[in-house]
Amino acid sequence: MAIETQPERAHGAGGSAPGSPRPRPWWMRPAIHTAIIGAVIGYVLGHLLGNFLAASNVATEYPNIALSDSSDWPIVLGYAFAVVGWVAGLGVFNDLIRQMLGRPVRVATEEEEAANGGIAKYFRFTLDHKVVGIQYLVGMLIYFCTAGLFAMAIRAELLSPSYHLFSSSAYVEIVGEHGTMMMMLMTSVILGPFGNYLIPLMIGSKRVAFPRIEALSFWITPVAFLILLSGLMLGGFPFGWTGYAPLSIQSTLGADSYAMAFGLMGVSMILAGFNIIVTVICYRAPGMRWSRIPMFVWAMVATSFLMVLAAPVLVGGMYMLLSDRTAQTAFFTDTLGGSSYLYQNLFWFFGHPEVYILALPGFGIVSELLPVFTRKPLYGYKVAAAGMIGVTLLSFFVWQHHLFDSGINPDMRPVFMLTTELISIPTGFIYLVAMGTLWKAKIRLTVPMLFTLGMYFNFLIGGISGVFLSDVPADTTEHGSFFVMAHFHYTIMGGLIFAFMAGCYYWLPKMMGIKLNQTLGKIHFWTMFLFFNSTFLPLFAVGMAGQPRRVFEYARSLETLNDWVSISAFLLGASILIFVINFVWSTVIARVREEGNPWNSRGLEWQVSSPPPPGNFAHVPVVLSGPYEYGTPGAPPVADLNPPTGVVSAAYAGADTARAEA
Amino acid sequence: MAAEAPAQPPAAAGEPNHGLRIFIPWLVLSVVADLIIWIVWRPHMPPGAMSSAAANQQFDIAIMAVLAAPVMILVLTYFAYALIVWRQKPGDEEDGPAIHGNTRIQATWIVLTSVIVLFLAVFGTVELFTAQGSGAGEGGSPIFTSDVKGPLQVQVIGQQWRFTYRYPQYGGFETTDLVLPTNTWVEFHVTSIDVIHSFWAYQLGVKADANPGVDNVAYAKIYHTGSITVRCAELCGLWHGAMFDYGKAVSPAAFHAWAQGAEVHLAAVTKLLPPYALTYDPTVVPQMSKAMVAAGLTGAPGLYYPPTDPAQP
Repeated sequence: MAIETQPERAHGAGGSAPGSPRPRPWWMRPAIHTAIIGAVIGYVLGHLLGNFLAASNVATEYPNIALSDSSDWPIVLGYAFAVVGWVAGLGVFNDLIRQMLGRPVRVATEEEEAANGGIAKYFRFTLDHKVVGIQYLVGMLIYFCTAGLFAMAIRAELLSPSYHLFSSSAYVEIVGEHGTMMMMLMTSVILGPFGNYLIPLMIGSKRVAFPRIEALSFWITPVAFLILLSGLMLGGFPFGWTGYAPLSIQSTLGADSYAMAFGLMGVSMILAGFNIIVTVICYRAPGMRWSRIPMFVWAMVATSFLMVLAAPVLVGGMYMLLSDRTAQTAFFTDTLGGSSYLYQNLFWFFGHPEVYILALPGFGIVSELLPVFTRKPLYGYKVAAAGMIGVTLLSFFVWQHHLFDSGINPDMRPVFMLTTELISIPTGFIYLVAMGTLWKAKIRLTVPMLFTLGMYFNFLIGGISGVFLSDVPADTTEHGSFFVMAHFHYTIMGGLIFAFMAGCYYWLPKMMGIKLNQTLGKIHFWTMFLFFNSTFLPLFAVGMAGQPRRVFEYARSLETLNDWVSISAFLLGASILIFVINFVWSTVIARVREEGNPWNSRGLEWQVSSPPPPGNFAHVPVVLSGPYEYGTPGAPPVADLNPPTGVVSAAYAGADTARAEA
Repeated sequence: MAAEAPAQPPAAAGEPNHGLRIFIPWLVLSVVADLIIWIVWRPHMPPGAMSSAAANQQFDIAIMAVLAAPVMILVLTYFAYALIVWRQKPGDEEDGPAIHGNTRIQATWIVLTSVIVLFLAVFGTVELFTAQGSGAGEGGSPIFTSDVKGPLQVQVIGQQWRFTYRYPQYGGFETTDLVLPTNTWVEFHVTSIDVIHSFWAYQLGVKADANPGVDNVAYAKIYHTGSITVRCAELCGLWHGAMFDYGKAVSPAAFHAWAQGAEVHLAAVTKLLPPYALTYDPTVVPQMSKAMVAAGLTGAPGLYYPPTDPAQP
């Protein structure tokens, strides 16, 4: 298998073909402004088409359309065309069209790309995985903070059991926006920035397998985010992030934005996961065996498989929901031969793997960081990898535990109780690995290590409370209450987001070549850790005491606890603000350079300069040993970055011969 | 339990026995925590012991808490010990010992966690059978019914944003008051006439989704009289947050008197209602609304709440 060493670029400097004499001015080149223009044009076209379909004589020929709430058609088609316009405006189709016309694809040389400089490239459809990683990072922070503000609003309403800050409709809109935005966009909070940026560096590759698909996976997220937010202008959607039919069919126009945005994000997940799977399988450097790839890469591969296999079910479900709302199909309407259970099963067949899409990247980061800061090899490498693979496989067989009380076949419940409890075995492996790695370690309490330890603490509580939920009798009290809500915030916020923060403090020096302020980092950790636990630990008790989720009125006796939680939540929000301030201060204003290997890590990504040069490696490296050989006497360096001429091609030739012989 | 996990290859001379120093605090803390959970906390654990289902759930939660506490304490003790003892000493820039794993410890861990997990699965299944489904909605053909003899049937109808109750053994009258007898098996038939709700009678430990077109059955036997909080536990639209009411459990004689009185009192309304059935077509909604208005009860779909804020709790 030959490795293509030529980096791909969609456009040359100035958007022209290499060697072209006159580069175009910036405003003529496809970028975010042309994308916005394209989206607006697309929306107007789609809206007009929808109006035509719903009102013209087309509708009289197809009574189904005439019967629908006629406003759904323009909205749905407007969104669909806006997405196409956005993507076309970014120039995604330019190379495809050129290839169809038989013209050469515009590929820029590395020098031309480097000459681009500036921040303009972060607003373009670019095929450099390092640019896509930064785009994802900034995007995800914006989405996370937006959805976090909705959470602040929810807690403000819950300060009082009776007095209303928001109308009931505004409250359910806020609940729905917070839940949906977090659950759909945070799927990529680690895979997007760190996965895309670091995987080629970690496996010794100069590029990802499908740079166009990777870039498209990012550029879908802002439009999904905006479509979801635009639901507020259409009256929001009153059904949380689950969107159970028939409520979602009965709802007003905001439901279209929910289904469209969530479906789009499903497409983004499929694209992102597909690219990473193929990259890791096909683009590893010589010597980067499966027994040597870093734990973070294992976690990303596992997450990607979950995305690729689970998200299509979501996309299908959202498509069916949209067609129920517009074309008056009856997939989910009981009286017309459909079934509301169909939606619940489709949703959770995606939804349960999704919660592991949200957990596995966290496992990957903490397992990756622990050896660096304990100065020891990862304990039980194979157990850790097996844990991630086990979670991935089992997560497809547990989804009906969300339906324990819903009236499903009662004899299925012991089965799903068993599978749900089984999944705690591979999850436990992660803790075995952590405890083994800590044994006789030399722990260095840096900021990333603090977040790593915080993640283990929080996920322990989240995981153990999950076992309570898997038991059907206990679940009967806990289901649909704040207990569940506290449980998954412990696993997602306490697990995923803490790991994301650990990753930020650990890898931002690599990705941006700057150092984040460590003092602010420590203040950020301690406030976030304290107020996170102070926010969500009492919610277990609140749920057990009988407060259902998503309510704005609750028992007077629970007011003190709810007030405590709300105030803690505001302080938690303030601690996130410390991070944002630190991030902006360190990356934009202070810009303290960090060029070497500040953590003294053996990871392959740390063996090149920070930020990595265009093309990652001057030569394809030859990997000589595993990434966690700390303290191992006589361990070779992790890789030879300047292998003698012919070694790499001989290695690939050898691999090809071996494959041919096999 | 997983105590052997910290045991490690022979320690260097002069080094303290780390395994023992973790094991002893773990053992002490676990025993203390479990005794507190079982003796002090268990009688007060939610959801109480007002019914068979609630008592069963309380027992399950207590058993799992007793199992979970030592596991959590093991991990926390271990992490705390590691952070205290195995911190980097100032000036010590050397790497730690190269320990890559230990097959015996890993196998022990896997076997122990598997045993705990399989025990929990068997335990949960047995509990589900012995407690007649433990108050969870079992769908239209329940299988955990061995002890249920001569149950009182109560139909729970969810609608935006109200629960109403029909008593088919008393002529099928419908009321917004939930009154239940003690010492009698109650067979809840939960259904909906619009979207999905979830009937949650907190003190009874009963939770069953109300799906349109579906008859979802749950069982509970009430042990003593008292008030019951009913909340909707599935987001069902704008006023989901205000969808709650209160029922009561009374003696069988008092219940019988109340039900017979209500049957006579509501006879005129019952005639207007659609005949009792396990599920209802949503098109009956306007009819039922008319009946309730006629009885001066409520027009549930639509304007049960005035257009301003709902009644304060």
